Order: sequence, then C-alpha cells, then structure tokens
Amino acid sequence: MTNPNGRFGEYGGQYMPETLMNAVIELEEAYNRYKDDPEFQKELKELLNEYANRPSRLYFAKKMTSELGGAKIYFKREDLNHTGAHKINNVLGQALLAKKMGKTRLIAETGAGQHGVATATAAALLGMECLVFMGVEDMERQKLNVYRMRLLGAEVRGVPTGTGTLKDAVSECMREWTSRISDTHYCLGSVMGPHPFPTIVRDFQSVIGKEIRQQIMEKEGRLPDTLIACVGGGSNAIGTFYDFIGDEDVELVGAEAAGKGIDTPETAATINTGSVGIFHGMKSYFCQNEYGQIAPVYSISAGLDYPGIGPEHAWLNDIGRAKYVAITDEEAVQAFEYVSRCEGIIPAIESSHALAYAMKVAPEMGKDKIIVVTVSGRGDKDVAAIARYRGEDLHE
Amino acid sequence: MSDLHKAFDHGKAFIGFVTCGDPDLDTTREVVKAMVENGCDLIELGIPFSDPTAEGPVIMEADKRALDGGVTTDDIFAFTKDLKKEIDVPMLYMTYANVVFHYGVERFCIKAQEAGISGLILPDVPYEERDDFEFICLAHGIDPISMIAPTSEDRIAKIASEASGFIYLVSSLGVTGVRNDISTDLEPIIKVIRENTDIPVAIGFGISNPEQCRKMASISDGAIVGSGIVRIVAEHGRRSAGPVGDFVKSMKDAIKDL
Repeated sequence: MTNPNGRFGEYGGQYMPETLMNAVIELEEAYNRYKDDPEFQKELKELLNEYANRPSRLYFAKKMTSELGGAKIYFKREDLNHTGAHKINNVLGQALLAKKMGKTRLIAETGAGQHGVATATAAALLGMECLVFMGVEDMERQKLNVYRMRLLGAEVRGVPTGTGTLKDAVSECMREWTSRISDTHYCLGSVMGPHPFPTIVRDFQSVIGKEIRQQIMEKEGRLPDTLIACVGGGSNAIGTFYDFIGDEDVELVGAEAAGKGIDTPETAATINTGSVGIFHGMKSYFCQNEYGQIAPVYSISAGLDYPGIGPEHAWLNDIGRAKYVAITDEEAVQAFEYVSRCEGIIPAIESSHALAYAMKVAPEMGKDKIIVVTVSGRGDKDVAAIARYRGEDLHE
Repeated sequence: MSDLHKAFDHGKAFIGFVTCGDPDLDTTREVVKAMVENGCDLIELGIPFSDPTAEGPVIMEADKRALDGGVTTDDIFAFTKDLKKEIDVPMLYMTYANVVFHYGVERFCIKAQEAGISGLILPDVPYEERDDFEFICLAHGIDPISMIAPTSEDRIAKIASEASGFIYLVSSLGVTGVRNDISTDLEPIIKVIRENTDIPVAIGFGISNPEQCRKMASISDGAIVGSGIVRIVAEHGRRSAGPVGDFVKSMKDAIKDL
C-alpha cells in the first residue's frame, strides 16, 4: 500500500532534518534487504513464537457476548504476549534489523511505558544498550513500567519539556538520534514518524491481523464483520486492519482517545478534532491551533495521549475504508471495569477504548454478526491510575 | 533570486538569529537593531514553534517564552514589515514545516514577501520534501535555504546543485546549541559544495565565541549564530539589546580581516 516515497495518498513522507536523512535511507535499504530474507524471517518468527508467546489467542468472550445480547465478540489477546502488549511484535523485528545493521544501541520513546519495556526487553535479550525517553508526566502515571525498564537494564530519561508526555518523548528521541547515529537505532514504537517507520512498524505488527484471519476461519468459517482496535499512533490498529484492507465487507474501526470529550480542549482524538499538518517526520492529521502550533492533548491513557496519528490511518480515513470513533476517559474506564468483572481479563486502559466501542455497538448488531476487538495490552500497569480516577489512592 | 547575496557582498558574513517575541516583539525589535548596528549582515528571525525538534534547550526555551507571551505568525508578519523600514540588511525566517504548511504555503509566502523577507529555513524539510515549499517560495522572491550536514555525504552534490540563496552547512551532529568544540572536518564537504554551486556557504550550529566564529568563517563565506545570541536574551530579557550588540560586535570583529 506504500508508494515508493513512503506516501499513503498525500500522507507520510520524510520531514526530517538533513542530519538524519542518510540514517532513514540506510534503514529503508536495510529493511528492503532483510524483509524477504528467509533467514531473517526465520529468526524473527522463532523469537515471536518461542520468546514472545505467539500466536496470541483469539478468545471468544462468551459471557460478554451473552450479557450484551448482540454480535459475537472475540478478543485478540495481544495482552498475553511477553511484556504484556502488542509492542513486542514490532520491537523484536526492529531490534533484529538493527543488529543486522551493526547497531549496538537502541533508543526509544514511550508513553504508557509498554513500548519502552518491550524495547528494554529486546535490548536485554540481544545484548544491546538501551535508552528510553519518557515524559515526566507519564513517568508519574506509569511508575511501575519505569521500574520495569530499569530492572531490564535500560536507562530511562525523563523529558520535562512541553506537556511531559509521549509527544515530547518522541521529540527528545529524535534530538538524541541527531546527535548519535552511527551506533544507534531509533526503535520507533508506532506507525508514525518519517518513512520507512510507518511501513516497517505496520509490517511487523501485521502478524496480528494475519493470525485473526486464520483463527476466525478456524472458529467461525468466515471473516468477522467488524474489527475494532484503539488508536494513538495506531500500531496495533494497523496491525489488526492491514490484512483485511482488501476485504471490503470487513468494517475497520479505530477507537481514539476523546479524553474529557471531543468538544473540550482536553482530548487526544486526532481524526475527530485535528487537521492536516506536518510534524514528527510525517504529513498526517494533528491536533493543532490555527497557527499550526501542536496542541497539548490529553487522555487518561498515556499510550493514546499523542496529538497525531499514523499516516496510513489518515489515508484509510480519507478514502472511507476505516472509521475512527472517539471514546471518552469515562467510557474507557467503564469498559476497563466491566471487562475485568465480566471476563476476568484486565485490559490496558488503551485497549479499553476499543472495548468501550464494542460495548456500544455489539447490542445493536444481530447475533449472527462477529466482532473482533484487539486487546492490545494488559491492564496491570493501569490499576493504580484507575483507582485514582475512582478517588482511591493506592500506594504501589 | 532574492537580495540575500547582499549579506555576502562585503567579505565574510555574520548571520545572527533571534526568536521573534522572546520575551516580546519590542525586545526583538531592539535586539535586531543592535545586531545590525554592530555589523550583522543577515538577520534570521525565528518564528516560534511549539515542538522544535531540531533545537537544543536554549532555542526551545526561547520558543516557549515567545509562545507563552502570545506571539503569532500574523503578529510576526506585521512586526517584520515595520522592522524592514528601519534596517537595510536582508532578513529571513526560520521556522518549522507545520507553521508554514498550516498557514498555507502560498499565503505564508505572500505575507512574508510583503514583509520584506528574502529567505526561508525549514530544518524539517529535506531535499526529498522540498516540492511542497520550494516553487512557491521562489515565485515570491524568497530563497528556500538548503541545509547540508556532516552526514550528508553522497547527498551533498544534488542538494548543492539545486540550492538557492546560500547553503546552510550544519557544523556537527546534534541539535542547535552552544558547543565547546567543533571537531567536524568541514573542508572536504565545502569542497564538494563549491564544485556544485556558486552560491555562498555559511556554517551554523554550535558557534558561540569569536574564535569559533573566525575559524568557521575562514573556511566558508560566513558564520551563523543562534543559541549564542538567544541565551543572552534569556539572561537579560527586555534589556538584551546592549549585551547582544556587544556580543555581535565581538563576533564581527573576529572575522573582519578575513
């Protein structure tokens, strides 16, 4: 779906400082060399299966289906992956690629900490140095993951600038990469940034959708009617959608973080409230003011608290192939609590945005319909924050 | 072609940068006038951006002070137009792609041209993405300034051969900011640039004292100083014009006899 210049329609591109241009070109060349290399693919598959616990289960949420009284709901259990989220799929791919390129050091940004933990994990496994940038606000929200990264041997550097969240961590990671390129790979965590990252990350995450296709065929003998995934930058969503883009009868829905509501400034719903812009290496939709200043977005979910969205999502939105709905903090927290009680699965607050949308639409759909929701991560990391949201102060 | 060449007509050029609206536009006006009075040949006016990914802490903080003070792109157009009446050296804007793109490239260039702007530097627009901006800039008499970095290698020839105005040669890896030492071997890069274009080459990033300024200007056509000036503004606030003028004079004096 990518054209040669890394464009998805008008979106994407390589809006990067000249200092980094040869680095992204080198990455693209290396990726093109290894992506069809049987040896590389064999190594990656072994890591994914033996180390990361793939394939992840496609679980029929029987009780939730019955309680909601409509469409059959399946969960794609990315929360069961090693490190507890879909992030590991991409990280193992990129870390292996970086190693092949002769890089010895990984740097990464992280929001909720899941991508940082995955990167620190891969670095530990492959014997690489690791530096993770994390907004100071997010470090406060996700203390457990900060400690996990340090436990895994990574350095976590707090980013106090801007809103102290994911956007600022990405900016700081780009600055770091500018100053040290030769031994360092920027292990970008989502389908964003300059080409070739949106394509590379999508390809490594597309294992989610490929498995869904195979598993749902085994269980139901047909494709689902609706796929739902949460969208910040959009990597678990594109991983879920990509294999189904050509199947026009399969509805693709991304759940954005509306924060306190899309009619308030405290939102991170990029497609619903943003406009086209150029930032962090790509042309896409961004939350911004009339002068193109990037907006200080907000969501209860550190992983979705980002003012942009991957360029392929911008394109899928424009051509009408996927739709993007906004889910508020309150709706997500309710889904978090409901799914915990109902299915005995504590989903990440990010994934709870997708589950909240499933809870809205399933009752309106016939019992012969099938929904697959990607549960992108587990919610253990969110327990303290949700308790705070409900007015209870847990001491971790 | 713009009048940017004027900056290089009288020997080595000293190019000074200041963030517009840091901490307010009256201060910026006085700072620019002091820079010109003390020999600055070309003024780079920064239009602040919320998330300047190519800047180090000094200019990041300046952008924040300016935006917190409420300055907008429209304010800066009006300010520049007035300023142009008081000074006679060329001026250019340095900002980020989104500030121009979101304003509308054509609309931005029309306003910039009316304000008397001669060039535009967008550090996040490399050679590959120049089409969005280049032709519209040129159609409005604004030179889109190309950057070349120590990592450019095989890209130098193609960038240089299509560049206009002058080449902005990035002195070293990393973001903008004061550096104690610039160790990059820039002369081989300049040689390739010269083989591919006749336009001047100025070196920027990390130049903060007269010795560095002299060293960089001696191997090129001029030196660009940003963070070195902006940190004076950070320290002196609304009373920055005097100290900035003294600093610019010391830098300009260091390259006068080259």
